[in-house]
Amino acid sequence: MRRVTNSLVRYIAIACAGTLVLILTLPLVGLLHSLTGESFIAALHAPLVLPALKLSAMTTGLSLGIVVTLGTPLSWLLARSHGRLTRVVETLVSLPVVVPPAVAGVAMLLAFGRHGLLSGILYPKGWSISFTTGAVVLAEVFVSAPFFVQAATHAFRQIDENLLHVGRTLGASPLRIVTQITLPLAAPGLVAGAAMSWARSLGEFGATMLFAGNLPGKTQTLPLAIYTALESDTRVAQALSLLLLGFALLVFLVIRTTHVSPALGRGE
Amino acid sequence: MCVTLHLACTRREKAPLPPNDQLVIFAASSLRDAFNDLSTEFKQSHQNLEITLNFAGSQELRMQVEHGASFDVFASADMLQMDALAKTAFVDNPAIFARNEPVIVVSKAHASSVHGIDDLPFADRLILGASDVPIGRYTSKILDNVSRKQSVDFRGRVEARVVSRELNVRQVMAKVVLGEVDAAIVYRTDTVHAVDNVLMYAIPSDVNVIAEYPIATATHAPHVQLARDWVTFVLSMKGRSTLKRHGFRTDAITLRAEPP
Repeated sequence: MRRVTNSLVRYIAIACAGTLVLILTLPLVGLLHSLTGESFIAALHAPLVLPALKLSAMTTGLSLGIVVTLGTPLSWLLARSHGRLTRVVETLVSLPVVVPPAVAGVAMLLAFGRHGLLSGILYPKGWSISFTTGAVVLAEVFVSAPFFVQAATHAFRQIDENLLHVGRTLGASPLRIVTQITLPLAAPGLVAGAAMSWARSLGEFGATMLFAGNLPGKTQTLPLAIYTALESDTRVAQALSLLLLGFALLVFLVIRTTHVSPALGRGE
Repeated sequence: MCVTLHLACTRREKAPLPPNDQLVIFAASSLRDAFNDLSTEFKQSHQNLEITLNFAGSQELRMQVEHGASFDVFASADMLQMDALAKTAFVDNPAIFARNEPVIVVSKAHASSVHGIDDLPFADRLILGASDVPIGRYTSKILDNVSRKQSVDFRGRVEARVVSRELNVRQVMAKVVLGEVDAAIVYRTDTVHAVDNVLMYAIPSDVNVIAEYPIATATHAPHVQLARDWVTFVLSMKGRSTLKRHGFRTDAITLRAEPP
């Protein structure tokens, strides 16, 4: 009797698991539906593809640079201190992960827009970063930075204090300790965080749409191009989606091959 | 008497009849306010009717239909999207039910130099509909008309000031109301509820392109009779007066005979 129940439970579990696996994988397979190599290449020659590809490469490169440059010191500080302020800051900078993209777009418009909080303070009246390529980068930084900061903070926290102490007693300068002990030890976590962050900014859609607009060559990134193309030529949207999926798989591989990856539950 | 009335009332409150009829209407973004009003009026003569209105750019609605969305009525802001669906037999017998006039709107948030179509190239920032959106295509035609009339690349000079191509006319309008851009081309009907935030300038009729709105029932409408009733209602005198109140033109629209 017990054996029967056991195998019944097992079958139910397999059925549940199988259903979810299908739900998660079928759409990805669907991207290949009735797409030949030729039609893929042809679709990629659509006029909106190349500018979107260039713009996405440029803006995500820039935003990644900003996120790593500003995010590494922030993560290091967050990992070093344990005060209440640290916890508050850590929570605040993680918030964009759960903020819906459309909310982020409206929020950025009201903060950085032409009549936002900063108009007349940060820049002259009448000018604003909204609806420029800068707005695309800013939106990408907003949504992607938390992924890097979380991973990097985790990586810095994993470093054994004693190693740093040994370095100091052997007379290494603080700079040398950072460049030769801290950063190399945290490197896998930093790389994984950077990859996650890049993937998030490559896929950024909602905030960009509202805050930066949709202008080919200026603010129309790959996801916006997909959305625009779907309304005129489904095949172009399909080909572009496949392309983005390819990039995503690449990121996934990077994260899988670097060992420390708190986001994917593979932390050491 | 009083008692019976009271009883009747409480009974009705206790057991509200669930809506048993449904009507799904896909309509161009610019129809939002007019169709909301029309649906309220239509429900007065159809008890227990639930109307679902899906507003988006006409090209997006067409895409949704082509990908299997279930609907009863489609109302488009241009013939192109409607013709495409008629050709593939998604809809039956399209009829023009309204016309709309593209106009220039200028944000009141800035002292803008734009006071008419000729000033568009001197704006700081403009916003237009994307080329597949009806308002975007009407805009391109208008700008081409001006280019031809003045024999200069007017369209190119205007497009150099454009910061975004939006996917429906209400998104265009929203950015003007927010003051994010100086000016845009939208429909006259979009300005009806935004007089506090925008100034409106007409486009000279020799270069303007009047938008035509066709309506049709779905070939496989889940609620065929209601769908036909809705179209008849929109084309009726009452429907027309509501459309007119929202800034649409309904002159020279032929009343359609009651469907058999």
